[in-house]
Amino acid sequence: MRAGECGPLRQWAIEHQIRVGDYLVAEDFVAVVQAHIMADTESLGVAGVEWLEHWDALPRDRRLVRIPTITDPRGTDFAQAARLKQQPWMLDLERRAIAAFEALGVLMTNTCINYQTTMPPVRGEHVAYGDTGVVIYANSVCGARSNFEGGPSALSAGMTGRTPRYGYHLDAHRQATLLVELSATPRELNDWGALGGIVGRLAGDYWQVPALIGLERIPNSDEMKHFGAALASFGSVALFHMIGVTPEAMRIDDIVPAGQTLKTHDIGAADIRAFQVQYVKDIAAVDVVVFSAPQLSLVEMQMLAGMLDGRRARIPLFAVTSPQVKPDADRMGLTARIEAAGGVVLSGMCFYQSYAREIAEANGWKRLATNSAKLTNILGGYGYRPALLSMEQCVAAACAGGKLNR
Amino acid sequence: MSTKIFYAAAGMGRKVRAQALVASDGFSARYDLDRLRGVFSRPEHKLAGESYNGRVLVLDAAKGGVATAWMLYEMTARGVMPAALVLNRANPIMVQGAALADFTMISGFDVDITKAIPNGAEVEIDPAAVRPYIRVL
Repeated sequence: MRAGECGPLRQWAIEHQIRVGDYLVAEDFVAVVQAHIMADTESLGVAGVEWLEHWDALPRDRRLVRIPTITDPRGTDFAQAARLKQQPWMLDLERRAIAAFEALGVLMTNTCINYQTTMPPVRGEHVAYGDTGVVIYANSVCGARSNFEGGPSALSAGMTGRTPRYGYHLDAHRQATLLVELSATPRELNDWGALGGIVGRLAGDYWQVPALIGLERIPNSDEMKHFGAALASFGSVALFHMIGVTPEAMRIDDIVPAGQTLKTHDIGAADIRAFQVQYVKDIAAVDVVVFSAPQLSLVEMQMLAGMLDGRRARIPLFAVTSPQVKPDADRMGLTARIEAAGGVVLSGMCFYQSYAREIAEANGWKRLATNSAKLTNILGGYGYRPALLSMEQCVAAACAGGKLNR
Repeated sequence: MSTKIFYAAAGMGRKVRAQALVASDGFSARYDLDRLRGVFSRPEHKLAGESYNGRVLVLDAAKGGVATAWMLYEMTARGVMPAALVLNRANPIMVQGAALADFTMISGFDVDITKAIPNGAEVEIDPAAVRPYIRVL
């Protein structure tokens, strides 16, 4: 491959992986069974799209991925782009990126909840996933093995069928490095996200592995999703354990080496409340309500539809889901119920990956309500003032013309 | 005159000289930057409002998501980017982004590098040296 006998794209891919592996002290490669590429065009820019396109002229056998390779959300839902006031140049760039990926044999799943929809990884499988929420869920809840693989590296893995063996592919890195003792178990999804944010700040970097003790019940998939996405977002963390819950941590001894004492942090209900208050304390009203990051599961879509029944959103309300969930939501009448209340269902995109700064300026949005802690963490840099609330509080705000009732 | 030199565990890219922009804070291109204007835009970031164009960013740890892996390439293509990135702790995304963009980065020090390098100092970075380093000129 290095000599170019498999073509220039695979040659670039393996050289890229060797550079990354050398830096991160990988001893060799490990075969991976899936890759997942984050590549919205706001991140790629024109330069990134052109870089992708320049491979498309290769002969078919030189350009196709070798393993199932899927995609993270795109930067738009073409059917609803006008509602967001996205510009034609954004959509053109998206179309070019999609065509470039399709030419490489990539499956355009456009989802950050592939572990709830397409093909969840199995415990022990090595994968090359490229959305932090996807990686942390796959590692922690599924027991699969992945590092954060940014777009270029996930594409490389698709091309070579392998990835450098470092970090979370190795047993040694999967042990806990800090303990979190909980005196309260979150209830709402925003509470789980807040807990993830708190633990993420405590952990502080990619190489930390927090282990949680004291949960009163087993979190469901959506709760794990919000917790993990926030933990990965606030802390750049790729793996967590919940003692007695997640597959590699049935007992604390499984993830804490014998004789080792780890630093322990206590988190209670007041901490979870305080985390959320910081985001909402100076906001009396919001301009827009967004449910996104991660994309909504079918169950979240049902919850939202139920809360909106018989009510009317008086400011824009967006519910963002995956292209796999959307047809089910349509078929079961959930989309119609949300839209009957004035909401808009977006599919195959994510709010923060959809030119968030530009659509805020085009629509006059500044203050935003969401139940996603991850979204609150990201959007500050895009000029928003985000408020972290429960789904019900977000719906109530939308129906009250944006006014927050606290 | 004495020079201060700090060795890193790993490095990538080309030798550069530029003025340092230093803070004890994290780094994510998506979360922290207005890449069109070339400034830190996240209000909570310690460098909020500061221009990073042509500066050596000396920060604590890589934060946030995976987008930086593409964004370093995009920033480099437009020519509005830092001269180099110096981190106490890198994550794979920064390494992958630097590899794609041929961007200069070093990380992993015996000291807290954000305390060791004065903000505004002229520095030299050689990521390809046998022991990658940052030196205060």
